[in-house]
Amino acid sequence: MSAFQVPIATNRCATGIPTGRLAIWWVLASEIVIFGGLVTCYLLFRFRHPEWAAEAEHTKLAAGALNTFVLLTSSLFVVLAHVAACNKDTVNARKYLIWTILGGLIFLCVKAYEYTSEISHGYTITRSVFWAFYYTATALHGLHVIGGMTIMGLILPDVAKGKNLQRVEYIGIYWHFVDVVWLFLFPLFYIASAAS
Amino acid sequence: MNHWIKGVSSYAADIDGLFWLVTALIGFWFIVAQGIVIYFALKYRRKEGVKAAYITGKTWRELSWVFIPVVLVVMCDGWIDVATASVWHNVKETLPTADHKVGVMGQQWAWTFSHEGPDGKLGTPDDIVTVDDLHVVVNKVIHVDLQSKDVLHSFSIPVMRFKQDTIPGRSITGWFKPTVPGVYDVQCAEICGLGHGYMAARITVQTQADYDAWMKAVAAGATALPGAPAASPAPAAAPATQVPQK
Amino acid sequence: MTSSSVHADAAPEADSHAHHAPQSFWSKYIFSVDHKIIGLQYTLTGIFMAVVGVYMSYVFRMHLANPAAHIPFYGVLSPAAYNSLVTNHGTIMIFWVAMPILLAGLGNYCIPLMIGCDDMVFPRVNRLSFQVFFLSTVLLLVGFMAPGGAFGGAWTSYPPLSAKVEYNLTPHGNVIWLLAVALEIVAFLLGGINFVTTAMNSRAKGMKMFDMPVLVWMIVIATIIFMMSVGPLVAGAVMLLLDQTLGTHFFAAQGGDPVLWQHLFWFFGHPEVYVLLLPELGVVCEIICVFSRKPLFGYKTIVYTTFMVGILSMIVWAHHQFIAGIDPRMASIFSLTTIIISIPVAVIMFAMIATLFKGSIEFKVPMLWAIGLIVEFLLGGVTGIYLGSSALDVYFHDTYFVVAHFHYTLIPLVAFGGFAIFTYYFPKVTGKMLDERLGRIHFWGSAIAFNFIFIPLFFSGLAGEHRRIYDYSGFAELTTPHMQSLRTMATHALLVMIAFQIPFVINVIKSLLKGAPAGANPWKANTLEWTADSPPPHGNWAELPEVYRGPYEYSVPGREQDYWPQNAAN
Repeated sequence: MSAFQVPIATNRCATGIPTGRLAIWWVLASEIVIFGGLVTCYLLFRFRHPEWAAEAEHTKLAAGALNTFVLLTSSLFVVLAHVAACNKDTVNARKYLIWTILGGLIFLCVKAYEYTSEISHGYTITRSVFWAFYYTATALHGLHVIGGMTIMGLILPDVAKGKNLQRVEYIGIYWHFVDVVWLFLFPLFYIASAAS
Repeated sequence: MNHWIKGVSSYAADIDGLFWLVTALIGFWFIVAQGIVIYFALKYRRKEGVKAAYITGKTWRELSWVFIPVVLVVMCDGWIDVATASVWHNVKETLPTADHKVGVMGQQWAWTFSHEGPDGKLGTPDDIVTVDDLHVVVNKVIHVDLQSKDVLHSFSIPVMRFKQDTIPGRSITGWFKPTVPGVYDVQCAEICGLGHGYMAARITVQTQADYDAWMKAVAAGATALPGAPAASPAPAAAPATQVPQK
Repeated sequence: MTSSSVHADAAPEADSHAHHAPQSFWSKYIFSVDHKIIGLQYTLTGIFMAVVGVYMSYVFRMHLANPAAHIPFYGVLSPAAYNSLVTNHGTIMIFWVAMPILLAGLGNYCIPLMIGCDDMVFPRVNRLSFQVFFLSTVLLLVGFMAPGGAFGGAWTSYPPLSAKVEYNLTPHGNVIWLLAVALEIVAFLLGGINFVTTAMNSRAKGMKMFDMPVLVWMIVIATIIFMMSVGPLVAGAVMLLLDQTLGTHFFAAQGGDPVLWQHLFWFFGHPEVYVLLLPELGVVCEIICVFSRKPLFGYKTIVYTTFMVGILSMIVWAHHQFIAGIDPRMASIFSLTTIIISIPVAVIMFAMIATLFKGSIEFKVPMLWAIGLIVEFLLGGVTGIYLGSSALDVYFHDTYFVVAHFHYTLIPLVAFGGFAIFTYYFPKVTGKMLDERLGRIHFWGSAIAFNFIFIPLFFSGLAGEHRRIYDYSGFAELTTPHMQSLRTMATHALLVMIAFQIPFVINVIKSLLKGAPAGANPWKANTLEWTADSPPPHGNWAELPEVYRGPYEYSVPGREQDYWPQNAAN
């Protein structure tokens, strides 16, 4: 296969928004309706089933709060990476991206701990529809975290060499989205329980 | 629609009337639009030396060719919608007081009907339970209480213009008032698996006297349920009583 | 997706086209990143699946005409096979024929050519999109070889039937079906991002938003409708998959809600109709202007009303559920919105008809198909009013009236529109002209036979015949000779319509072998794709065009020629 060359089309910019940024916003738009659909379904059920408040007590509020903190912090790092990339500071851009990935990793470890503990106490996905929603929504979100980390890992070498630095911004936009989704899931599944 | 299918319920005429109203309105527009397309297509065939007109449809004057018909269409739409809402209100939103109640349980792939027994109440041990064989009295308001055991079914009696899905876990009440005695088809209108096409039943609309006689006969020979049509592959064991409603 | 090709430093456009070096067969046709090849890959896969889908309809129509008889090229049809054929016929025709041909194939081929750039903005994402789509195609067909057979719970896949094996009796078929549909959606999301971004950002120098051909607008709006409506279905598909595989109860009576799936499905399913409709209307606009030598009537009005169609299409979904157990008061609202959506569609149709007025109409084969589309689609459109009316839908829901109605919308769009596209762009794609006479035989034969398939089905629907019934012998009202004659007539007309595809096949082969050379612009059209060579090389133009005017400057007073290409300086 001959080496791929970027077509002229990619670098045209009729709207004034770089093509990559425009595309990432469209990606987010289609992601929003996916999570939006899921969360709307959950809410419709939640209003019909007040007894789910008791189920929600068994999610781990402290772990969830910790994860919220971790994820917000990692979003800060990705902003710092973006600032560094804007200044062509490849060393710091790389460093902050790695910190963001680490944030994602901690998030996943805490999530894994939560899942293990919940499943071992019998709160499995088939226990009730609440738990089905809990696992589906958080796992789908977790997959997005993994996806974001993977992409950051993939662009790291280029960033270190100072190539394609605009990608730091694009992955940052995506990472914020992942963060925002969590900010919906955390109150819905952790805070809105009978205990609170 | 009597030309294609009998209408034997109190609201069949309303639905058929709406059908003819819609047919008249859209038929008019269909013929007009179709006529214009064909007329233009024939009239403005390419002729040597005749150039097409340069009409862009940018001015409001030109656009009025489109918007005036559209306003007329909107008026027709409004007419249809008002007529629809009134028929719909009558058929589905209101529930006249029941003279008789019937329990309908859909399952793969048969209908189980519970008729009020001699005590005139549904859900008591003397209910008459049949498979694929529904009996109702003419000129009485019948409430059907629709439930499903397994998947979605749809209880459809075309001649009554009655149709309603049955949903597992829910109990939905519909109504109709048969006006002409006879034996009619009941279909399942929602695909429900392998035997969907075999999920046929009969509804017998009869006079009060015939109905009482039927009830007596069934009560007397209570050992055997009236047979399901031979086509039904799974004459399921009918429950002795109706499942309690939610 | 984010890792795709974005170059930091924009290469100046001038020193561009050195890179289109000769390539091997594999990189040129199979793993190509060229938008035209990908468009053709989509189209050819779609045509292949159309043959599969038509074969399925042939089998079950033959069965309905002669129940339980031996069907040539098939055998005897069992109830389980009947259900899976009906299900997969619908699924294939929507997701694997209409979508790839009308949206992906047409969009990929035409968008870069029509807006004057050399490729899509993300060619490798585009290639990935087709590869995912191809995988989904294979997966769907594999379903037929799975133990227990292919899924047979209708293309709408309503749970609990689709969720539990003990109900649908297809232990693998249902999961495979769902995965295939989900993959197909992913493919179109990848492609859709490309379409929208390309049209927004990569227009030729001088081409403003309202200098784009309406076709591009329509494809872009259709893509946006798709992207904005499919999300809940993706979420729903994940939930249904978990119901099927892990035994959760999202859509089960035990704690879940079976009707929820219907909302998720139709929230996508109805806008999907407009996703298929809009590209076709775009093509018809192009063809009508070219063959009547007239500017499009009310270009901006059409674009704005198309946006309105898109928005309205999001709030009509529950008209598929009037009798599904939703609140009756809700039905009145959806009945209203459904009837309202006829307004912008009527505007577009009237504008297309007005375009014919005082034209200089030449009935070449693409024009025949385009006018045929309008004429037939009108019947499909107006019969939708019956079904949008909630009170009438009580009677018509799930009868053959519905079947006839949506085939009268979809066959004009997919078959008539598809052939319009095919015959219009064949000279561009291959550089050869099609034979007009064979084309006319193909058109008239197919169009007349088509009416004889579905008009009888309107009447069987009026007589209360329901869909998806394997065997009508259990229903006294439906076993009359009259009802059977309607079924038989539809089947015979189908055979005739299939037979009339033979001239088309001969035409294509003959023209490929020794058709007259087409030249760059055989139809004397204005839009940019006709300024490239036929077939256009990789990169489309040696030098990318610059645009000076809108796409529909036909028969401009005072000009000698009756067309004025967008890139002509004067």
